[in-house]
Amino acid sequence: MAENSNVVTLKVHDISPQAAEVIAVTLVDPDGRRLPDWTPGAHIDLVMANGLTRQYSLCGDRWDAYSYRIGVLREPASRGGSAYVHETLEPGHLVGVSAPRNNFPFVPAKKYLFVAGGIGITPILPMIHQADLIGADWQLLYGGRRRESMAFLQELAKYGDRVRLHPQDELGLLPLAEFLGPPDPNVRIYSCGPGPLLGALEAVCSEWPRHFVRTERFVAEEHGPATHEGPFEVELARTGTTVTVTPEISVLDAIQAAGVEVLSSCKQGVCGTCEITVLAGQPDHRDSLLDEDDRAAGDCMYVCVSRSCTDRLVLDL
Amino acid sequence: MTITNAPAIDELPTNDADPFSSDVLEDPLPLHLALREAGPVVYLNRYDVYAFARYEQVHAALVNWQGFQSAAGVGLSNFRYEKPWRPPSLLLEADPPQHDAPRRVLQKILSPRSLRRLRERWMADAEDLVDQVLADSTEFDAVTALSQAFPLRVFPDAVGLRPEGRQNLLPYGDHSFNTFGPSNDLVAKGADTIAELSAWVNAQCQRDVLSDGGFGAQIWAAADRGDITHDQAPLIVRSLLSAGVDTTIHGISAVMYSFASNPDQWQRLRTEPGLARVAFDEAVRWESPVQTFFRTATMDIRVGDVVIPDGKKILMFLASANRDPRRWATSQHPDPDKFDLTRDPSGHVGFGMGIHQCIGQHVARLEADAIITALARRVERIELAGTPRRHHNNTLRAFGSIPVRAHLA
Repeated sequence: MAENSNVVTLKVHDISPQAAEVIAVTLVDPDGRRLPDWTPGAHIDLVMANGLTRQYSLCGDRWDAYSYRIGVLREPASRGGSAYVHETLEPGHLVGVSAPRNNFPFVPAKKYLFVAGGIGITPILPMIHQADLIGADWQLLYGGRRRESMAFLQELAKYGDRVRLHPQDELGLLPLAEFLGPPDPNVRIYSCGPGPLLGALEAVCSEWPRHFVRTERFVAEEHGPATHEGPFEVELARTGTTVTVTPEISVLDAIQAAGVEVLSSCKQGVCGTCEITVLAGQPDHRDSLLDEDDRAAGDCMYVCVSRSCTDRLVLDL
Repeated sequence: MTITNAPAIDELPTNDADPFSSDVLEDPLPLHLALREAGPVVYLNRYDVYAFARYEQVHAALVNWQGFQSAAGVGLSNFRYEKPWRPPSLLLEADPPQHDAPRRVLQKILSPRSLRRLRERWMADAEDLVDQVLADSTEFDAVTALSQAFPLRVFPDAVGLRPEGRQNLLPYGDHSFNTFGPSNDLVAKGADTIAELSAWVNAQCQRDVLSDGGFGAQIWAAADRGDITHDQAPLIVRSLLSAGVDTTIHGISAVMYSFASNPDQWQRLRTEPGLARVAFDEAVRWESPVQTFFRTATMDIRVGDVVIPDGKKILMFLASANRDPRRWATSQHPDPDKFDLTRDPSGHVGFGMGIHQCIGQHVARLEADAIITALARRVERIELAGTPRRHHNNTLRAFGSIPVRAHLA
């Protein structure tokens, strides 16, 4: 089943500047295959050659099944994540990628109010695309430190006056209260941006029912488990064998090569068929299925894509 | 029925068969073989549709929701031009973006992790049922005694349905799956009762009749959280009731028939009870309870040497893909027509593939695992005690009866 074993490795196809410190990186399958499906609000984990893992929202077009696009801001205090992407990554390089996961799902509504701060525009872009597609009413308030630092302005231009740009150096802080207005049962608010913006938004929205207001906070750069770039061992507790998982094969491949039957289906970490109970060790989850609580529990994994953070995993097989 | 001139493409093979005729429904394998051998794309004259019968094209169409849409209906009827017989399913008959939220909500409710809490109880229920059946007689009809009895015992409870009227689920599901085919005798047979059955089903989807904690109540709770709208909730409950009963029943029948007609495989399962899960998926591959579904081309789309025009219907033969030697024949397992527990059935398209892949597949696997495991514990040998009888449906491969004899361990 080697045909699918590279699903977690993608190739940098293109890097293009989008604003002063923002680049868009387009990723494709090295063999030109379809990529796993995603929905607006989804992110991928990018596993870099320096061993760091960073999360980036997908901001491309899901009707193109062959590429992912992410927007990456060079963070001044970067410890190697965004700095690596900006300085080292080049077209042709290979990067590890998780299956897309969505903690910021786009829910059905008649009207949407989007508030983006800085690079927080990235998950909002595909939401806008879809809101427009289904003919929902929507407005975007987009803030940044200055106009030149605000990415994807060219793409947003086609939406005309539905988009309000608000560079801080010209116009000051975002006029949240005026933009959002009073609570409205037909409206859902989506916002992504830095902590202070989301704090201000929460304060302005204190009268809104909780689920009307959906936000995504930037993940701190320090966050993200160290992943295992080299080979690791997987012990099959019931079978009594231990297999070695080298970087070019999946845990599933390694288990099957040892003659142990594991049912699987999608081989993309999407369907859930190959769930295996983890008895010891810390899985490096790269599937689409588990939410943060599930992941923290660490008691199961999808062996078609997920790997290991520890030198050894013990599975109930 | 429309008969138009076949497209003027020299390379496009055509076939005159009716895939929904009684003869084909009784034994679809010869047609599947003919279509696979004819080419990657075949034009079906009778219905003016294109057919994929090889694994490669079926798999590619299933995952390519951008090119092969579901919102124009997954039956012969084209919703671009014809009014659906009921409000379309928010899952089966929807495309992104509308498909996203219902799929996400239901996927979580039916995920392997969410189902863990049911496992122990269902295992115990299966043992009870098997004990009851065997205490009564060691000769029984596997369809009524097990395949129907077990899902009807555990699934409506899991959804949270009231006890009354559950017998309506079977004829409702059977009719729903018939409507994906042409308006033939099978559809006509259900026409008189469907209004009443639909009314009952729709009434069971309302929040006040669903018990706390069940799948149905969880769907309504998702609407309260705004993950779906309140208008969507009853239709998503309806999806469970339409798609979650017949399919599982026929899947369990498939595995019962597989074992009863392959005693050596039952022996293998007896020595390795952990193979119950593989056995069910191998049976789903081998029998393919869901035989076919349609898609609609969203643009002029090239498949091999053929361009399928925008708006045309494509009939995907899942069952044929599941036995395509191009995918399944290996040196170890040369014959895809054999039910074989040493085969790895992973990747079969019996549950579909891609964003519309069967959302209840983990429920079906759990039900099947429970009943197979319970039976294997008590029964040393199982064999056919008479000739099985097929039940015809435009979409499903089903049994009306599988007489079996069990030899107790």
